[in-house]
Amino acid sequence: MTIEEIQNEIVDEFSMFDDWMQRYEYMIELGKSLPLIDEQYKTDDNLIKGCQSKVWVHASLDGDKIAFTADSDAIITKGIIAILVRAFSDQKPKDIIEANTDFIDEIGLKEHLSPTRANGLVSMIKQLKMYAIAYQTQLK
Amino acid sequence: MINVQEIRKDFPILSRSVNGKPLVYFDNAATSQTPNQVVDVIVDYYHNYNANIHRGVHSLSQEATDKYEAARIKIQQHFNAAKSHEIIFTSGTTHGINLVANGFSALLEKGDEIIVSALEHHSNIVPWQMLCERTGAVLKVIPMTEEGTLDMVTFEAVLSEKTKLVFCNHVSNALGTINPIETIIEKAHAVGAAVLIDGAQASPHIKADVQALDVDFYVVSAHKMCGPTGAGMLYGKEAWLQKLPPYQGGGEMIAEVTFEKTTYADLPHKFEAGTPNICGGIAFGAAIDYMNSVGFDTIATYEDELLQYATEKLSTIAGLRIYGPNDHKAAVISFNIEGIHPYDMGVILDKLGIAVRTGHHCAQPIMDFYNIPGTVRASFAFYNTKEEIDILFEGVVRAKNMLS
Repeated sequence: MTIEEIQNEIVDEFSMFDDWMQRYEYMIELGKSLPLIDEQYKTDDNLIKGCQSKVWVHASLDGDKIAFTADSDAIITKGIIAILVRAFSDQKPKDIIEANTDFIDEIGLKEHLSPTRANGLVSMIKQLKMYAIAYQTQLK
Repeated sequence: MINVQEIRKDFPILSRSVNGKPLVYFDNAATSQTPNQVVDVIVDYYHNYNANIHRGVHSLSQEATDKYEAARIKIQQHFNAAKSHEIIFTSGTTHGINLVANGFSALLEKGDEIIVSALEHHSNIVPWQMLCERTGAVLKVIPMTEEGTLDMVTFEAVLSEKTKLVFCNHVSNALGTINPIETIIEKAHAVGAAVLIDGAQASPHIKADVQALDVDFYVVSAHKMCGPTGAGMLYGKEAWLQKLPPYQGGGEMIAEVTFEKTTYADLPHKFEAGTPNICGGIAFGAAIDYMNSVGFDTIATYEDELLQYATEKLSTIAGLRIYGPNDHKAAVISFNIEGIHPYDMGVILDKLGIAVRTGHHCAQPIMDFYNIPGTVRASFAFYNTKEEIDILFEGVVRAKNMLS
């Protein structure tokens, strides 16, 4: 599936819920399916700066695609990074770099995009894209 | 007796809703809300007498100067300073601390010692670290105990003839602990050290008397006590303020300027370079009037009632731990629930219209001591109610069910 198709799928899943509580509960559920980062990569280097909770992300190249693994010590944050990993993992660097992230707004998580939010959703997206830029350079 | 429903009418913001729920504002330790009486003064300033002060000969300038200086006297009287020129207007507590830290650069020598408490806000740690880097002085720490109080035995052991300065907050922002500043001041003076007390968190709850305390410096921010942001005061004993060199150069702080030499203005202007936050200073005075009209004894009694009610109620939640002492504390509850990250709790409470602070509260050493990433902090003011605490309680239970 393309990034856009996955994002549409996520938006469809979230559209089943009428209130924020159900959406958050679903997000927490998604966090449990996150491909967990290997303990050896839970280092300060892999920590995303700008988050009130800890978020570690690791990227590796599998053929011409990037695979992301991650973890967080807060479960809402873990749900958010799980959504991003699902949308961006197993994709080509170029597609990740060019992907737009409007779907975050559509699934009712707009408040997490505000720069004043300490969870750093913006930092997470930026970090995933930075990995994509680094691997794209490497592939060339 | 406090009439909270009448008081709440002074704060229109308390009637708004957040995320479709009535706002419950429990982040008072970060900033307090501003009553109409203070907002009116701000509006009146800009509508009627906005002018630059001290130098103008025209009427508006004179009016603004009179009001600004009248505010200084209100602040002086509130904190019972001996002289009005011992009150320096600042942009807030951090500014006041930096002003003193900078001044001491000229007075310290290599090997001199500075003592800070382990319960400090970063703004009362970093300026002293910078001062130590500049002067070669050594930073010592009064450690904290598991209860969230200061280890006074170690304090006395650390204190020596080498100690030149001691810094401590009156009330800890992260835990609400009221520190034994009377003892700290007395012991520090006995070895000839000066003492700066950060009164930012105490000022909304306790009326400090700087002469009775015999404190050398006391700093506060207006926005913690119903005033605007960007205004505050530094109290300094006259002798100390005369000894310290100016912090910033500029207009207002000079007596005479030639290219060969500048002579500085007298106190308090020596430390008030540039055009100050005139409106903020005047509004600070109005905020002090407002709080005194409610009455600090009334505030203390009522907030204590809120604190006890909230402590008892929240303590019934299984797995909930409150950090800090049980008594002798300001109306602050810093807590965590076992297995739940404070950030997650804060997000859910926000969805329920409840404003609390989560994180390390700019006091990382305290969080490191407890080996936690942060806490959830609910801080109360005299305009809060028991009904709001009930909403917090229900919110915490609901969040706990969702998150565990």
